[in-house]
Amino acid sequence: MNVRQWSRDLALGVRFALTGGREGWVRLLLTGVGVGLGVALLLLTTAIPNALAARDAREDARTDITFSWEDVPKGDDTILVANVSTTYHGANIRGREVEPDGPHAPAPPGVSKLPAPGEMVVSPALEELLASGEGRLLRERLPERIVGTIGESGLVGPAELVFVRGGEDLESRIDTAAAVARIDGFGDREPQPSEPWDPVLLLMVLVVFVVLLMPVGVFIATAVRFGGERRDRRLAALRLIGSDSRMTRRIAAGEALAGALLGLLFGAVFFLLARQLAGSVELLEISVYPSYLSPSPLLAVLVAVAVPAAAVLVTLLALRGVVIEPLGVVRLSRPARRRLWWRLLLPVVGLAMLAPMIGQGGDDGNFNQYLVTGGVVLLLVGVTALLPWVVETVVARLGAGPVSWQLAVRRLQVSSGSAARMVNGIAVAVAGAIALQMLFAGAESQYTRDSGKDLSRAQMSVRVPEGTALDTVAEEFRATEGVDAVYALSSTYANDRPGDEAELISEVTVGDCRTLREVAALPSCQDGDVFVVNGAAYDEATPELAKAGRTLWFDAAQDSPGEPTGWTVPGTLKEAQSVDDPTGMRRGGFLFTPSALPEGAEGAVSHEVFLGIDRSVPDAPEHVRNTAAAVDPYSEPSQWASVERSERFDSIRTGLFVGAACVLFLIGASLLVSQLEQLRERRKLLSALVAFGTRRRTLSLSVLWQTAVPIALGLALSMTVGLALGAVLLKMTAVPVVVDWVSVWSMTGFGAAVVLAVTLLSLPPLLRLMRPDGLRTE
Amino acid sequence: MTATATPPAGSLLTAHDLRKAYGPTTALDGASFSIHPGEVVAVMGPSGSGKSTLLHCLAGIVTPDSGSITYSGREMATMNDSQRSALRRSEFGFVFQFGQLVPELTCVENVALPLRLNGTSRKEAERAALTWMERLEVDGLKGKRPGEVSGGQGQRVAVARALVTNPRVLFADEPTGALDSLNGERVMELLTEAARSTNAAVVLVTHEARVAAYSDREVVVRDGKSRDMERIV
Amino acid sequence: MSIGHTLLGLLESGPRHGYDLKRAFDEKFGHDRPLHYGQVYSTMSRLLKNGLVEVDGIEPGGGPERKRYAITDAGVTDVQQWLATPEKPEPYLQSTLYTKVVLALLTHRNAAELLDTQRSEHLRLMRILTDRKRQGDLADQLICDHALFHLEADLRWLELTAARLDRLAEAVTR
Repeated sequence: MNVRQWSRDLALGVRFALTGGREGWVRLLLTGVGVGLGVALLLLTTAIPNALAARDAREDARTDITFSWEDVPKGDDTILVANVSTTYHGANIRGREVEPDGPHAPAPPGVSKLPAPGEMVVSPALEELLASGEGRLLRERLPERIVGTIGESGLVGPAELVFVRGGEDLESRIDTAAAVARIDGFGDREPQPSEPWDPVLLLMVLVVFVVLLMPVGVFIATAVRFGGERRDRRLAALRLIGSDSRMTRRIAAGEALAGALLGLLFGAVFFLLARQLAGSVELLEISVYPSYLSPSPLLAVLVAVAVPAAAVLVTLLALRGVVIEPLGVVRLSRPARRRLWWRLLLPVVGLAMLAPMIGQGGDDGNFNQYLVTGGVVLLLVGVTALLPWVVETVVARLGAGPVSWQLAVRRLQVSSGSAARMVNGIAVAVAGAIALQMLFAGAESQYTRDSGKDLSRAQMSVRVPEGTALDTVAEEFRATEGVDAVYALSSTYANDRPGDEAELISEVTVGDCRTLREVAALPSCQDGDVFVVNGAAYDEATPELAKAGRTLWFDAAQDSPGEPTGWTVPGTLKEAQSVDDPTGMRRGGFLFTPSALPEGAEGAVSHEVFLGIDRSVPDAPEHVRNTAAAVDPYSEPSQWASVERSERFDSIRTGLFVGAACVLFLIGASLLVSQLEQLRERRKLLSALVAFGTRRRTLSLSVLWQTAVPIALGLALSMTVGLALGAVLLKMTAVPVVVDWVSVWSMTGFGAAVVLAVTLLSLPPLLRLMRPDGLRTE
Repeated sequence: MTATATPPAGSLLTAHDLRKAYGPTTALDGASFSIHPGEVVAVMGPSGSGKSTLLHCLAGIVTPDSGSITYSGREMATMNDSQRSALRRSEFGFVFQFGQLVPELTCVENVALPLRLNGTSRKEAERAALTWMERLEVDGLKGKRPGEVSGGQGQRVAVARALVTNPRVLFADEPTGALDSLNGERVMELLTEAARSTNAAVVLVTHEARVAAYSDREVVVRDGKSRDMERIV
Repeated sequence: MSIGHTLLGLLESGPRHGYDLKRAFDEKFGHDRPLHYGQVYSTMSRLLKNGLVEVDGIEPGGGPERKRYAITDAGVTDVQQWLATPEKPEPYLQSTLYTKVVLALLTHRNAAELLDTQRSEHLRLMRILTDRKRQGDLADQLICDHALFHLEADLRWLELTAARLDRLAEAVTR
């Protein structure tokens, strides 16, 4: 078999595909679209690492405030930068306040002219948000005049929300807030070797890739087989005019090749469209510029070579069990009985590969990516290998029923392989999606549970800078719309030795009697009292320190290099029982009423305001943030409510669901195509059945069963494998196994919807074919 | 050939002045027909003359554009589709040239199919099917699929299927068209014998004289018009 | 083949001389075997005797070839009867059937009906043979089959002729 002959036969096949008349074109188009969608997805996935790298590079280039930098002396080429980032409606907004020290001060990337105090430059997305009605409250928080937009070089994505505004007197804050720094240039001077990925995240990404790509592979394999029966007849005709069996196979492969090549073309177009679309889409707060999404040339070439090659191989493989004779195509009527052992081997080996990593995700887990990917792939491939066996075995045992059932079951018994092939794609997609959703849901519930905050009293907290009058701030928050409870707590630390020599450290909470009762059960309280708290978790220092006569040292204020203040533990120390504070924690240490606090200790006291939010007031958190920004722009309120987190999870779930839905849609389309083809094949038979009085209902139902039985089996199998895979993945991340039934049922529902849709869509042609015209032979 | 509007006495199935066009092609242009119980009538004529259309109209598969068909005193034009389907299920039997056996079902299941469509239980239907298969000498094939039997055997299975409901009219459209002479003759012999034994009427569409020779009389269809030869001679 | 009926049929389109009759016959039916004039003469005198034709006129010069014959009403009826009666199905009927079809066409009678009638007659015999075959032994079957296949061949010819009637009519009436 030489290359010239191969290429000649393949080319002949390509020509057949192109000159197949209307039917041929439709088939070619379907194959092209199917393969094209797969190719586009492949190209996108190969482009994602590049896109993320491009984002990282941008992020590095605008780095300003770091903890590791040494003090930069003030000069005419330095600039003061403060982090004034905020959150709006759950979206992060990167904010910077800048104050140049001199005329040569550097500007952040993308900012051509530094804004003066009272001015700001914003990213296009933020500008749009501020101008819209949706951004009204944010505009109150950011009232500065917009004097320009930030260019692409200063943004990591088109949808990123960024502002840079002019600041004043940042120097005074340089030590009190870590969020202010003096720098002489933007960009990371000492780029850290990129941090290893969070193992859980890495696992998710690996699984997502596998789950998305596997069905694509299955789909491409199915797509190149569209129009199989018709092709068979054409091939038989070729044999009749004298082509030998090998040539015929190569010509068939050539036809598949045509579809695959067209698919590559479509794929490139789809990819370019998706790339443009990606510029206007934000997923998980990540948006990318279309220009970032360029697949590495090597991977693109790989796709371009692998897809047509796979098409040829799949066709040759599919024709293995087929004898093409001049007078027709004979399928080996009784193919060897499907063996179970090697099919079971795949998922078992997959599980075995995953097993050693169970429980490694806790703290510093590291996953062997090859084992993980291999394991997941083997489990999912196991689905495709097991399904034909399951379908064959189950269908062979399906028994009596009405005529429609009998017709469908018998049909499936004769061709269980093709039925299984059709639903394989669905099975892999569903198995993967269920596993992934379990992983996401499990990981997510884990994170929410960890916060452990008591959300019944306070849902937000704001740090108030030292030296600010707490009462005034509390008053301002009380006046804020949507706030119905304000707890102002001040805290500092009391140590066994002054300054840095401290070994035993105890928490000190300062507040009036009313506020202190929020954190502990007090027997009695009046100003001047000091309490020692029992019952706090992990507090071993306090019993040691709370001995009458012992001298404790309070921290000095940071900005005044004064002496630490000493305090002697009095004999009148009252005992208090710790209760859940507004954050849901049990505090330990000492409780001081304001007048009991020794002179000089108040400088190091930090204040925090805990706020109860009236959830019925829309945008209450945004009102709080506005007030907080007015009090101190450099500290950001945190919101504890789990609402936002689960919203984010919802978006992941939605994304996955949409992805799975797309895959199911694709597979539904190919199911429909083969269903229609099969119906057309049987036109005569259908007419004959109608002639002797078969009800339309009977035949329609039989079409329904024919789709429903394999899909039901596929879903059952994929649910089993999906749940098993999900459980293993959760075990690997050391997260309690929770079945996400919502996604399980929604996937099942979607599978059922595909069955129904395919049946419904094949009904009109079925009814048309059932007209007696099929009986006309003349 | 001047058929009257009133069906001839004792006629089981009568058609009068049928017209049917498929688009611009006229398939029937005033065809008439009648058959008595137990009678075998051959419908002959060149290709495209409208023989098959006449059979389809008589069997209630196709509704004629005009004209009347009476079966057992009932006017078919007044029946709706499901009534006509029910009629075909219970009173008529069909044998076609090919493409009629469901390839996935075994032979006995194929034969039992019309009974099952009528609601007979599977067991009972298959027992009756087997009786008929014996009569047509194909009971040895019961477990085989249609793809595994020869053309003549398959056609005999089809005849068994057509007769399993004890139909009063058997419609056969080129039943031997795909068979060689010997097999064709065997099928015709068994078919006419079985039909006569149950007093079923047979409408036999064929263009082969030797097949038509198994009939009691013939009707010639030419250009959509029928000529009942018995009335002329 | 009945020459008498054929000549009578030819006369239906109008009176002719004996010589014209011979020429018309040879042209339409006599392809390889032209009619002897003696045959025409003896046939015509028999028809004359039976009252199926009459002498329409005699041209000067005498001799039978100078006589002009015309068909009588009885003659027309005779032709009609002949055409409507199917031939006994037997091998090698084509020449008679062909003559009948052509005559029917020439005299604007329904040739298709003639063919259908003949087919019916063939089928009648085929039914009898089929019946005999079913009851007989192998020898009977083989003998009957031989006859059946021949009859079938005739029938096929009938079908084919029926399908080509239009073209034939065009050819003979030209």
